[in-house]
Amino acid sequence: MAWFWAVTSLVTVALILGLAYRPLGDYMAWVFTTESDWRAERWIYRLIGVDPRAGQSWKAYLRAVLAFSGAGLVLFYALERLQPYLPFSLGFPAMSPDLAFNTAASFVGNTNWQSYVPEHTVGYAVQMLGLTVQSFVSGAVGIAVAIALVRGIAYRNRGTLGNFWVDVVRASLRILGPLALIAAIVLLAGGVIQNLHGVTQITTVAGGTQTIPGGPVASQEAIKMLGTNGGGFFNANSAHPFENPTAWTNVVQVLLLLLIPFCLPRTFGTMIGDQRAGFIILATMAALFCVVFVSITAAELSGHGTAFQVAGAAMEGKEQRFGIIQSTLFATATTGTTGGAANSMHGSYTAIGGMVMILNMAMGEVSPGGVGTGLYTLLVLVVITVFLTGQLLGRAPVVFGKRIGVREVILSGVMILVLPVLALGGMAITMSLPSIRDQIVGQAMSEPGPHGVSELVYAFISAAINNGSAFAGFSANTPYLNTFLGIIILLGRFVPIALVLALAGSFAAQDRTTASAAELPVYRPQFVIWLIFLVVFISLPTFFPVLLCGPLAEGLA
Amino acid sequence: MSAVTAAAPTERTSRVQSRMRAMWGPLKSAFRKVDPRVQWHNPVLFLVWCGSVLTTIIGISEFWTGPADSGGLRLPAGFTWVIAVNLWLTVIAANLAEALAEDQGRFQAARLRSTREGSTAHRVGRYDPRADADASDAVTTDVSSIALRPGDIVVASAGDIIPADGEVIWGIASVDESAITGESAPVIREAGGDRSGVTGGTRVLSDRIVVRVTVPHGKTAVDKMIGLAEGAHRQKAPHELALTALLASFSVSFIVIALTVNAIVSPFALPVSVPVWAAVVVCLIPAEIAALLSVTGVASMSRLVQNNVLADSAHALETAGDITTVVLDKTGTITQGDRRATHAEPLHGVSRDELLRAAVASSLRDPTPEGVSAIALARESGIDIGALEERGRSGRTVLFSAQTRLSGIDLPNGSSARKGAESAILAWLKHVGTQPSRAVVDELKRATSTIARAGGTPIVVAAKLADEPGRILGVIHFKDVVKPAVVARISQLHALGVRTVMITGDNPLTAKSIAAEAGVDAFVGDATPEDKLALVKREQADGHFVAMTGDGTNDAPALAQADVGVAMNSATAAAKEAANMIVLDDDPTKLVEIVETGRRQRATRGALTTFNIANDIIRYFAIFPPLFVAQFPGLDKLNILRLHSPASAILSTVIYSVAVIFILIRLALAGVPYRLVDLGRALNLNLLYYGVGGVIFAAVWIKLIDLVVSLIPGY
Repeated sequence: MAWFWAVTSLVTVALILGLAYRPLGDYMAWVFTTESDWRAERWIYRLIGVDPRAGQSWKAYLRAVLAFSGAGLVLFYALERLQPYLPFSLGFPAMSPDLAFNTAASFVGNTNWQSYVPEHTVGYAVQMLGLTVQSFVSGAVGIAVAIALVRGIAYRNRGTLGNFWVDVVRASLRILGPLALIAAIVLLAGGVIQNLHGVTQITTVAGGTQTIPGGPVASQEAIKMLGTNGGGFFNANSAHPFENPTAWTNVVQVLLLLLIPFCLPRTFGTMIGDQRAGFIILATMAALFCVVFVSITAAELSGHGTAFQVAGAAMEGKEQRFGIIQSTLFATATTGTTGGAANSMHGSYTAIGGMVMILNMAMGEVSPGGVGTGLYTLLVLVVITVFLTGQLLGRAPVVFGKRIGVREVILSGVMILVLPVLALGGMAITMSLPSIRDQIVGQAMSEPGPHGVSELVYAFISAAINNGSAFAGFSANTPYLNTFLGIIILLGRFVPIALVLALAGSFAAQDRTTASAAELPVYRPQFVIWLIFLVVFISLPTFFPVLLCGPLAEGLA
Repeated sequence: MSAVTAAAPTERTSRVQSRMRAMWGPLKSAFRKVDPRVQWHNPVLFLVWCGSVLTTIIGISEFWTGPADSGGLRLPAGFTWVIAVNLWLTVIAANLAEALAEDQGRFQAARLRSTREGSTAHRVGRYDPRADADASDAVTTDVSSIALRPGDIVVASAGDIIPADGEVIWGIASVDESAITGESAPVIREAGGDRSGVTGGTRVLSDRIVVRVTVPHGKTAVDKMIGLAEGAHRQKAPHELALTALLASFSVSFIVIALTVNAIVSPFALPVSVPVWAAVVVCLIPAEIAALLSVTGVASMSRLVQNNVLADSAHALETAGDITTVVLDKTGTITQGDRRATHAEPLHGVSRDELLRAAVASSLRDPTPEGVSAIALARESGIDIGALEERGRSGRTVLFSAQTRLSGIDLPNGSSARKGAESAILAWLKHVGTQPSRAVVDELKRATSTIARAGGTPIVVAAKLADEPGRILGVIHFKDVVKPAVVARISQLHALGVRTVMITGDNPLTAKSIAAEAGVDAFVGDATPEDKLALVKREQADGHFVAMTGDGTNDAPALAQADVGVAMNSATAAAKEAANMIVLDDDPTKLVEIVETGRRQRATRGALTTFNIANDIIRYFAIFPPLFVAQFPGLDKLNILRLHSPASAILSTVIYSVAVIFILIRLALAGVPYRLVDLGRALNLNLLYYGVGGVIFAAVWIKLIDLVVSLIPGY
């Protein structure tokens, strides 16, 4: 029966995404190729002083990304530190410097790691001016970078990749804005709250007092999911009944998470004028998503232990109103996109279920990945796969009309190292500092031992890949972890962006061949299987040894 | 009989001896290459080298400290030493592979080079090109060929070895180039035109030529290419570099593991020892591909040399595999270059015999292929050539020239015969005072244009008997004949997925019929030499990788523009310099072997890489769980091969990783078969063979090695 629900949920999600694929994908392609600006956009360009028609080289594009994100980081940090002086602060004090840095880095980096309890830390001003604004624009930056790479593939003999300012403004105003508005209304209809009431104290029937928080939740919730941000209004995130009241809103939230990442392949196909290219990306994303969903669900349905036998499934840490399937579906979506939202406590999943979530992130977030990041990461992996395919067939590695040379392979080769170096290196440095190590083992981990290793691994991979979800139980609000994870988040965000833009630049400078003679058999199922295999092969072995001491030690005991 | 039986054992011992010697040299140089300064150039192998040194040092230190535990696991005595020995074996095996390949290349290079050692040259003291073009009056001095400089003039007569690469500036000679090409048939080399290039080390068989040395000794394009074939100055080709970079990236991730995991799990798990990490890293990094990459390069280069093709860089060979379009010259490549008379078409009122007799008469002393072939046609038709020859002996021959465009004979009795281009014949008739009637001219025009439309060349025959007006007898149909082997070669190119484009100076009609006969995909007629460059550029703009052959100086720009430019050995120095490959035996269809070798080299690398990746899957499950299984016994469930013990699992994987290099050396040297099926199917098959096959191969062998290792006490 459970499997019946699993298949039904999956098919429902797939059907709705299938309906959106073409119109939304083509709409996004139009947004990034049209020459006409809206009046509001022209005002913005005049205000920041950019010529919307001027193309940028990949270096200029990268500088713009860094300048924009850097400015956002500083502004956000200032807001958090000046919280007491802002209206609607609900009387919360200024955030500590390290926590403010961590929060700013994680929202600017589209990670939305929250090492604080939002309803007890941030007022509505920071919530709306900082968190919500960054939720929009950090998602827009991801989309812009992906579009720059797509343009690099589509262009021939050009030194430019389009204009970052135009891309980020259009992604915010024409894509994320309208979609978030619709989503917010749908969520409101589903019972998500939206007010500025602050905290209400009520006396319950039994005579005790209860604190009922309020707030502009639906608006934040919409962009939290759409922009694959994941920064919840409440600490419990999408497990909180005000954020995600029913199984129905739960499906809506999953759909919102997956909507843009799954439609971007269509945008890609339309912009380079070959839908087959979009399809192989889509097929890879969808296949990986299904594999992960089935694995987590199987793990949760077949968990063992006393609690399991009483409840009939591994229900610990999951909301009764969602059940296993709605929880695993959400977990698959949130770890497969850089979502980081959660409707259940990931730390309470079975060891193997938890491990699959770690692996889903460790694959580099390509199932289907964050807004923009999923597409560009997968395209980098396509570069490596095509290079190896060319070798295997004795032919020149040519894909989407572009030749893959030394530079492209080196950039891709460095790209696949970013995650293991940041995650494993970060963990090793952290655990080599005796005082930090004692503090983490003694306080941060909910239980020392293999489960603690899982929490640690989850936290660092989540930061390095910009996911932002956590294995609940790991309390990371310490000056060291806040600062260190903040740095990892920024590196994990902007080093790949720099590499991807460099790749886009070298593609754009090339001519684009349309000769079928030079074409490798890329648009076929066996290529997709080969690509999936390499995605797994490249990413997972690196984490195999630490997983041995974490979830595998726990789960196979 | 007895002689044979007596000879056999000595022959066998000498073969064994020579094979021992053949192994001994590479083995020695393999040991020499263990020098870290050499290893440094290959980052992945340098890593293996570092691992070997590290384990050896730890092995030595264990004499005092005693063996250390790894991850709570008590390792058998001498474990570190066994690992160290295996790591050193990996280093040696990797270098042995390279040394073997280099040895193969050196052997072939020696054969080519032996022809280019010093010989005696007859250097002309002061050459006067106008007064004494054949240098018959000039003083010559005998010098060693090594002393020759570019610009020197030398004379070579029958029996002489041509001392250096150069250009014939006077004379014509037949030259035996078998020392370079292995082809026994002599070739003609003559001053002017596209057959003026001579190669040092070849022998003049007849006649005498004056040669201007163009390149100093040992510096010629061919010399450079021989050096490359030897593997002396091997640079890495772009895709080899890219693959090295990708392998380095894979390797770095395993080093990151080795450096970080102990620290990460330190609160809950005992550290894994350094020798074990060294073993893990060396097993998992793509050491065998790194070792064999250069082997595939050197082996492919010597395969090219076996086919009498020299390449100027590893890059050129690699690009050869990319080729999707081949530009072929019609003349010399597709056709023999000479037209053949296929049939005679007399005009109204003329007998066929009369036409043929006049054609023979006008061709009696015409050495051009047209003349020879016209006589052959007449002989086939039963004309008595002997009688005509007898009569013509006293006549005066008019030789063919590019200006007059006709040839013929004037007999003492006042009659004459001519054959030539239509306009030339009409002009001749006018010259002898005849104005053919309009009807005749119309009929002639019809006949010639019919032949031209069919792609042939019409040659008009006219005759004038003494005291009679001259008259047009008819037209001989000359046709380009496609070389018999060419059709098969072109279909081979098609099978490789290569498009063929023919380029020719002929009119489009001729070009079309030849193109159809030869089976090429496209053709360009009426082409000037400059059009070749334009054609190459156009094909490249369409996304094709273009190869072309050429031999003339005016081919040089196009040869340089093409992704792979292939010059014939007889080509002019300029063409050879512009090309990146030289075909020693002047066979332009060698393009088939060139493309195939390039494809095969890359396919071999792809196969090795895929095989290694597939192997790694098994190695992960063999070598990772033992690291921590002593502390978390549940991990034994991951021991899918049911290996005997953690120590045995680690050792078996290490031994397998060494052994597989030895097995793959053969594959790398021979190259994998290149599949000529549709690419999608080829991908399936290759993934099946090297991917799935690699998984099964590794699983079976690691299990088998484990069965043996488990017999050793302590494992």
